[in-house]
Amino acid sequence: MSLAKPIATTREVTGIPTGRLAVWWVIASEIVIFGGLVTCYLLMRLNNVSWGDEASHTSTAAGATNTFVLLTSSLFIVLAHAAAEKKDTEKAFKFIWYTIGMGLVFLLVKSYEYTTEISHGYTIFKSVFWSFYYTATGLHALHVIGGMVIMGIISMDVKKGKELQRVELIGLYWHFVDIVWIFLFPLLYIAK
Amino acid sequence: MGDTVTAHVDDHHGHHEQDFWSTYVFSTDHKMIGFQYLFTGLFMAAVGGFMAYVFRMQLAFPGESVPGFGLVTPGDYNALITNHGTIMIFWVAMPMLIAAFGNFLIPLMIGCDDMVFPRLNRLSYQIFLISTILLLAGFFVPGGAFGGAWTTYPPLAARGEYNLTPLGAPIWLLAVALEIVAFLLGGINFVTTVMNSRAPGMKMMDIPIVIWMIIIAVVLFMFSVGPLVAGAVMLLFDQVLGTSFFIPSGGGDPVLFQHLFWFFGHPEVYVILLPEMGIVAEIITVFSRKKLFGYKLIVYTTFMVGILSMIVWAHHQFIAGIDPRMASVFSFTTILISIPIAVTFFAYIATLYGGSIEFKLPMLWAIGMIAEFLVGGVTGIYLGASGLDIYFHENTFVVAHFHYTMFPIVILGGFAGMYYWYPKMFGRMMNETLGKIHFWGTIIPFNFIFMPLFSLGIGGQHRRIYNYLNFPDLASPEFQNLRVLATTATVIMLLFQIPFVINWFRSMKSGEEAGNNPWKANTLEWVAPSPPPHGNFPDGLPTVYRGPYEYSVPGRDEDYWPQNAPN
Repeated sequence: MSLAKPIATTREVTGIPTGRLAVWWVIASEIVIFGGLVTCYLLMRLNNVSWGDEASHTSTAAGATNTFVLLTSSLFIVLAHAAAEKKDTEKAFKFIWYTIGMGLVFLLVKSYEYTTEISHGYTIFKSVFWSFYYTATGLHALHVIGGMVIMGIISMDVKKGKELQRVELIGLYWHFVDIVWIFLFPLLYIAK
Repeated sequence: MGDTVTAHVDDHHGHHEQDFWSTYVFSTDHKMIGFQYLFTGLFMAAVGGFMAYVFRMQLAFPGESVPGFGLVTPGDYNALITNHGTIMIFWVAMPMLIAAFGNFLIPLMIGCDDMVFPRLNRLSYQIFLISTILLLAGFFVPGGAFGGAWTTYPPLAARGEYNLTPLGAPIWLLAVALEIVAFLLGGINFVTTVMNSRAPGMKMMDIPIVIWMIIIAVVLFMFSVGPLVAGAVMLLFDQVLGTSFFIPSGGGDPVLFQHLFWFFGHPEVYVILLPEMGIVAEIITVFSRKKLFGYKLIVYTTFMVGILSMIVWAHHQFIAGIDPRMASVFSFTTILISIPIAVTFFAYIATLYGGSIEFKLPMLWAIGMIAEFLVGGVTGIYLGASGLDIYFHENTFVVAHFHYTMFPIVILGGFAGMYYWYPKMFGRMMNETLGKIHFWGTIIPFNFIFMPLFSLGIGGQHRRIYNYLNFPDLASPEFQNLRVLATTATVIMLLFQIPFVINWFRSMKSGEEAGNNPWKANTLEWVAPSPPPHGNFPDGLPTVYRGPYEYSVPGRDEDYWPQNAPN
């Protein structure tokens, strides 16, 4: 980007860096999207007692593993941020890729779950519970993939010591994705 | 972007040569993106207007070939009605009032050189453009465009077997979803820019009211559209994959979608109304040469409108079989929301009171908007009462009410804004005579279109009917004459847009030179040259010393006091 940056991008009237401010607004708009989906699920679940039986066919063990995996990945991105704050670009780069690796583990576990469930006949058409299950976890998985791609792009700049503040920004987003899972796990897996 | 290395050098002087593509198509300049939104919006307004002409002709002269279109089949009729609504809300009101004016005005009015994320801004328009093409492409697929009303109620919208447009329906939904994404991206940019990039000295309460209104509208949009995005994904799965989120036979709940839709759909009215109220506030202050009455009051009541607008949605569902106890609650909130809006209107009238009013073109449109919107507001109180609504909701009374709110907001308010900022956009003044012809030629036929619909509705004319002559009760000559009157007025009104088009393009070349500040206004955009160059303020970005509405301050020679003047 050789075009001169507008002066607008350098101003900071609120005292909060523009990038961080924007990521918070992105998260705010995402909260209402997932919030809407989860609210719909809850409202319908309250009227459908039978969904408890359906939920018993989800794999709580796999879900718990994935919860652990995502929490660990959040730890890694925090470590990457701490390293970036100290301008330790090597270490920040390393921890970003650890985070991406954990994201990959999450997706592998998820696809294992999907394949076993589908092979047992629990497809997206089986009932509205399963429709919600695949829509919510699928939308969440898309956010995981998106976050991993962005991290990969950011890591290239970080290695060169540029745009280090972006580690914090992707960290904010990654925690959000993590928290969405913390809501989905009990609602879709544990509650019978 | 390699070709812009040279541009970088010249950037500080405000001028540089770029090729056609990077100036007009892939520009990151907020003004050009504003124009892209404006012209796409105007083009879509012409498309939506043409649709209205075709289905009004079908209602007045059923079964006859419509000049310029041909015979209207029932499927065509449904598709035209549906897409007229969709286009006018999502592809005219939103891009013109929020995206076009927002993009053009925000950096200029808060005194900076661009948005904080110029490339995000460009991406926002590109996604919007793709959504526009996708929506129009729906008309050319087998089965035709979606015809299940712009509210897309399932189960009708959820299954190709029901709506008979197996391709048109998902295309429509995808286009709307992309349009929402475009506005979310643009909205984040708007909010961040106004929060972080204001000129030195511009405090929260020095921000012009139109910017406040756009920002509140954007935040309102952001918080209300989320559940609809989730609902759109679910509906898309119902359409494409065959899930049963909203299909009762598969265990789904169709009313759930209505809640998701109207949880967005009602705040959307205010998302459109607020920017336009802001535009009108700017105009009436400048043209009555008087301080805006109750600036802070207007800001606070607007917050109140935003909050209240999120708890009124179920008044669209009084006839969907919701619990009457719930209906009373929503009746109450619906009627409550007229209070903050009325407060704002009284503040506007108080601004006019005792001012030295000049009826220049923008002022004509602004006053026209206030007067006509009142009719829409007052008839809304009938519909807010759940008992009356059961009768009025399914006839053309509600159509007339809706258009008495939306037409003044989008068309009258939009034109007010365009006539007001035209000198800034193109550096020349528009012709007053042509503008007045346009104004009276729009506002008089407008009343002749929708006043008949009120009385037809009270008389029992159902909406969403393809041919009224098939219903003996509705086929009487008295009814049919009113329909012909409304259709004739539609055609006349559309023809009276020609003076506007002529004026718009002729004034660009031969209009009187405007100078920086033709209206003698205080806000910062009038400090910049007309049209503003790249970077907006070639003499350096302004510093702000006072609020935007210091008109006719006693003891000063001039009756205005620009925000950037040190004393």
